[in-house]
Amino acid sequence: MTTVRTIVAAAAAALWAIPMQASAGELRFWSWRNEDKAVYAELIKDFNAKNPDVKVTFEGFEPQNYATVLSTALAAEKGPDVMMVRAYGAFEAVAKPGYLLELNDQNVPGLSKFPEAALKAETLRSDGKVYAVPFASQTMLIVYNTEVFAKNGVKVPETWDELVDASKKLKAAGVIPFANGTATAWQNETIVGALLSSMLGKQFEADILSGKADFTDKRFVDALAKLQALAKDNFAPSYEGIDYPSSQQLFSSGAAAMFAGGSFEAAPFLKANPALKLDVFPSPAAKAGDQRLVAQYFDGGYAINAKTPNKADALKFINFLASKEFGDKFANQLSNISPIPGVAFKDPILAKVSELNKNSMSYLFLVHFRYQEPSGSVLEQAAVQKMLAGKQTPAEAGAEITKGIATYFAPFKK
Amino acid sequence: MSANLEWPLRRRVWVTFLIVPPLAFMTAFVVVPILSAFVYAFYDWQGLKRADFVGLRNFLDVLGREPWAATTWRAFGHNVIVFVTLMILQNGFGFLLAYALSRQLPGHRFHRVAVFLPVILSSVIVALVWKQFLHPVFGLLNKTLGLLGFGAVTTPWLGLSETALWALILVNAWHWVGFPTLVFLAGIQRIPPDIIEASRIDGVTEWQLVSRIVWPLVAPSATVVFILLFIGAFNWFELPYLMSGLEGSPYGSTDVLGLFFYRTAFGNQSSGAQDFGHGSALAVLMFVFIAAVSAVWTVRLRRREIELS
Repeated sequence: MTTVRTIVAAAAAALWAIPMQASAGELRFWSWRNEDKAVYAELIKDFNAKNPDVKVTFEGFEPQNYATVLSTALAAEKGPDVMMVRAYGAFEAVAKPGYLLELNDQNVPGLSKFPEAALKAETLRSDGKVYAVPFASQTMLIVYNTEVFAKNGVKVPETWDELVDASKKLKAAGVIPFANGTATAWQNETIVGALLSSMLGKQFEADILSGKADFTDKRFVDALAKLQALAKDNFAPSYEGIDYPSSQQLFSSGAAAMFAGGSFEAAPFLKANPALKLDVFPSPAAKAGDQRLVAQYFDGGYAINAKTPNKADALKFINFLASKEFGDKFANQLSNISPIPGVAFKDPILAKVSELNKNSMSYLFLVHFRYQEPSGSVLEQAAVQKMLAGKQTPAEAGAEITKGIATYFAPFKK
Repeated sequence: MSANLEWPLRRRVWVTFLIVPPLAFMTAFVVVPILSAFVYAFYDWQGLKRADFVGLRNFLDVLGREPWAATTWRAFGHNVIVFVTLMILQNGFGFLLAYALSRQLPGHRFHRVAVFLPVILSSVIVALVWKQFLHPVFGLLNKTLGLLGFGAVTTPWLGLSETALWALILVNAWHWVGFPTLVFLAGIQRIPPDIIEASRIDGVTEWQLVSRIVWPLVAPSATVVFILLFIGAFNWFELPYLMSGLEGSPYGSTDVLGLFFYRTAFGNQSSGAQDFGHGSALAVLMFVFIAAVSAVWTVRLRRREIELS
């Protein structure tokens, strides 16, 4: 019955998405961030201060079903005028069939000043054109509890060996060094991005993309081996069974000193425990003096329906969504790392993350290998989860990932 | 048909009025989606946009070509394990419970309610509660084992590939065992008491009574619970989805066809691709397999009912 129920749900979603097209001067704006509705209402008010004749209606959807609802509506020509779209592979699913309006310096002045990585996330690879204004990035790094570090005389590690020493010291003092667990599949991808980026390095990313290296490369396998050794003694007890919410609890309660994860963790940690003192540091380097890197990816962008009857108004609104005025509020009220040039971050952690982003590589599997099946992320998550459970070696994990990606990624087909 | 025409008009209108709404509802939300899945399965899809007609390719892909086939067969294997184990655990234990309850031992009224109580709980609640019980650190199970001096056997039950699927099966059995119990109990209570009394006077043992007299006479109940369990086991989705996620964590050891279908058709957090073609092909294959086996098996079970009675 489940199959049937799912299909019914999709059909119901399609039917529900039918409400009329907006008339002139009205824009329907779709988002999967219903929780941000109040802030968007305020932002729309700011927009209306200069554009009083355009009425923007914010419509929030469940993140899980957003892609299905949006694609169904666009296919039926009942889509919104302006909408949030995802990045990379999920973005292409919407952009490829031609549903979105091309954006460039003519219709969105200043778009080309956005960081290159941000624009790439919203670029269709087949025509090289940008179809959305990128709105936020996420960064993989290590969040740590400054009080626990200070109490145990641990200083922020810069190299992998220092990280191992710090973990030993914390463990000896009865603190769980890392709150991380591997039971939730996608956590295995964030762990690798947060901990291993500096050891992999930007050159590794370039070599992967050119096909000079694949994931059986010594740099990748050695880094995985170090991760395996670190996790064994320093992740949460019985980490194979610790799921994502449990890891979060271990960190926010102060039982664990570090959390290898995303910049998006800081806000929920502080919400769960406002007294928590936390800071972030980038993945440790193999040896002192090597470049320290974080892994970055973009969340999504704002796009215009190519078939909107209100193109002029939609462009006005999109230009507002690309403005520094919007970016400042969006960053500081919703705790987002906005890629809009010149945005100032009041929150010290946001400011630090945005500083760290200056030395970043891609969050590899999400950024480059989520366009086709089998998704590189899914392969990596399963392979690393299996490796951290001690059921396969780092070399086997690397080979498994390479084999899956090679089925469609030309540079790996040798 | 002729009988219908002899009905007075008012009655015909009334029957039509009662039948049409559910029929329309079933057509719109069950028949049409199933038929459209059949159609979808023969096309290539670009996201949610239908592209070329590809004949049987999607079916051949999910059954015999990578990257689908290995996952399909692994998931199918897990469904088989789930079905066989639940036949023993859920239906077998359900029958024993029903027999015990039918003996009307002291407290049977309380236990009849207690056994059925989990069935009325929502899967979401069951999954959440059991996830807490099985939690490696804070979980009741590991804590109890530790207190009893079995600390050595505590393990992250849902995190290890050796135990995760079995843990899910046990939770499912706990959740649903009340259903076969109730059906069997109703069946046992329908057995004329004089048959049981007569056999007791003839001096049969308890085992002979259960295996030679009660079991054959509850054959109709067995047909119902066997077929429903078969359908449930091969459509299994809620519990693995809620307890181990769309990927069948850890690394696919709890992956079943329902999860594979869902993430193929609708994508998931870690893969943007939505592939209605292969997803629909999987759904159609599941539907055909379940319908065919259920039909054949129902006929055989019915025949068995007649032979036994």
